Amino acid sequence: MLRYSLKRLAQSMVTLFIIITVVFLLLRLMPEEGYFGQAYEKLDEAQREAILTSMGLRDPIHIQLLKFYKSILSGDLGTSMIYRPKVPIAEILRAKIPYSLYFGLTAVLISLVAGVSLGIIMAKSKSKIWDKLGTGYIVFINAVPAAVYYLFIQLYVTDILKLPILFKPDNPSSWILPAISMSLGGTASYAMWMRRYMVDELNKDYVRLAKAKGLKSKAIMVRHVFRNAFVPMAQYLPSTLLYTISGSIYIESLYSIPGMGGLLVDVIQRQDNTVVQALVLIYSSIGIIGLFLGDILMALFDPRINLQKKGGAR
Amino acid sequence: MGNKKINQLADGITEELTEELFEFAEFDEEEAQRAGYSNYSYWRSTWQVFIQNRVALFCLILVSLLVVFTIIQPYLPNQKLPTKIYIDEKTNMQLRNHPPDSEFWFGTNSIGQDLWSRIWSGTRTSLFIGLVVAIWEAVAGIAIGSLWGYVRVLDRPITEIYNVLDNIPVTIVLILMTYILRPSLSTIIMAMCITGWLGMARFVRNLIVIIRDREYNLASRCLGTPTRRIITRNLLPYLVSVIMLRMALAIPAAIGYEVFLTYIGLGLPVSIPSLGNLINEGRALMMVPSLRYQLIFPAVVLSVITISFYVMGNAFADAADPRNHV
Repeated sequence: MLRYSLKRLAQSMVTLFIIITVVFLLLRLMPEEGYFGQAYEKLDEAQREAILTSMGLRDPIHIQLLKFYKSILSGDLGTSMIYRPKVPIAEILRAKIPYSLYFGLTAVLISLVAGVSLGIIMAKSKSKIWDKLGTGYIVFINAVPAAVYYLFIQLYVTDILKLPILFKPDNPSSWILPAISMSLGGTASYAMWMRRYMVDELNKDYVRLAKAKGLKSKAIMVRHVFRNAFVPMAQYLPSTLLYTISGSIYIESLYSIPGMGGLLVDVIQRQDNTVVQALVLIYSSIGIIGLFLGDILMALFDPRINLQKKGGAR
Repeated sequence: MGNKKINQLADGITEELTEELFEFAEFDEEEAQRAGYSNYSYWRSTWQVFIQNRVALFCLILVSLLVVFTIIQPYLPNQKLPTKIYIDEKTNMQLRNHPPDSEFWFGTNSIGQDLWSRIWSGTRTSLFIGLVVAIWEAVAGIAIGSLWGYVRVLDRPITEIYNVLDNIPVTIVLILMTYILRPSLSTIIMAMCITGWLGMARFVRNLIVIIRDREYNLASRCLGTPTRRIITRNLLPYLVSVIMLRMALAIPAAIGYEVFLTYIGLGLPVSIPSLGNLINEGRALMMVPSLRYQLIFPAVVLSVITISFYVMGNAFADAADPRNHV
């Protein structure tokens, strides 16, 4: 397992290198007017050239790339150009990440506990009242676009429960609603998949055998069915946890939380290349590590899974 | 001498042959099963179990009617153009935010366009996007996902391709594509197709990794079954139920993604109505209670589509499990 992990991580470095290079080159294809935003009309040709040169965009492309690699290897993410000019990117991120991380982790935790238990209850009482209520909830969350029900929660629930509409860091009651709203979607999808995998698993012969040999239904559920049903979900767990630092674009703009949500989209649209590159570097490392940890976790949950190559396998 | 015998035999046979023997036999299931033959067909049984679920059947009919209606709606009498701006005759101004009445069934929007025809035109666009993206997702996702999961040699390369494609922000791709190609329906569909299959492929791959080394597959490999046959006969049938559920959600997910793209300002141009455009326009007016109909109507249509697909997907997934067959 260790050899497999090391080999795979080494390979990931190559992937990471490819990703940042591709993104770097794609960014250089962006329209040049985009670098000036609203000010484009006011500047004359010479001023524009001067700005582009000062940003280093007039250097030959291989020089730009080499500079970029050098700064990354020395652990420097660079400074923002347009989003917050001359501010180090690490500083921007340090201020924003804790908020997203807090809300994201709370939401994942809530949805994991609530969703998995709801899914188990639904599978246990298949086509009875709990199953129907749960299905109703899942259908509702999946059917109504998140942008719409978030808005309704902010409008009505704040009113009913007398909670603040906007987020203030020093007011703990303003932390509640954003975290809960964020967890609703996750709860629904965990419940849905948990139920599906449990129902599929409950139909299998080994469950009938376990029942026949007199095992209690709770023991069957926990030790056999749940463990088998959770394997396919385990793969996504690490990436979900890691990706919480990217924040939620809807929630953070609705409650005006100064988190990471929407930062990537924002800096891409304003063509702040250095920030885009830094974010892509971070997110893709997270994505790669998440996929890798997911595989490891899956193999831990189900020892029958073998990730390495062995004789006779394809 | 041999010939003689054969001729004798042949004579004997012709004597016994009568017209009766050449009539078609009635198919009798019990008789057939006694000889070890079963006319069990997987998909037919699945279908039979599926239509026993009344709610799912109702949803299927509802979605079919909705699709047919969105197609024929522009040809019905008294329909307005979705992009025409109506002018109030008294004030000579645009007929802004006109509440629903007998003339404008769902009212007009903030620049005086008929919401009823916009919703149906938008549903048409969104369903089209959803359908194309979902079919592509299913075909590419399942094909690549099963190879990724089963063939070990391909595991590393495809993992790396997945990582590269998954980590290039869609926003960059979309901005570049709209910059090069102009924003249009085909641009957004292409952009969604480039990354759309990734999720499905990873999903299928995970499930296949779980079952690829089970004993029955090992046995098949020992017998020299070709990879293609193992994938189509051993692995995929095992996963039909979960894949079906996921596919049923792919269409609503594609529509929801379009809503998201519109929200971050990279969706379709306003001149092409879609459910994403309409919901976003409605969201902007949420704070005025009397104008909330502009959000509620498109949201209801979207919800009906999503609910129907979800219910059908779940019913189909249940029906696809052979253990639930009669």
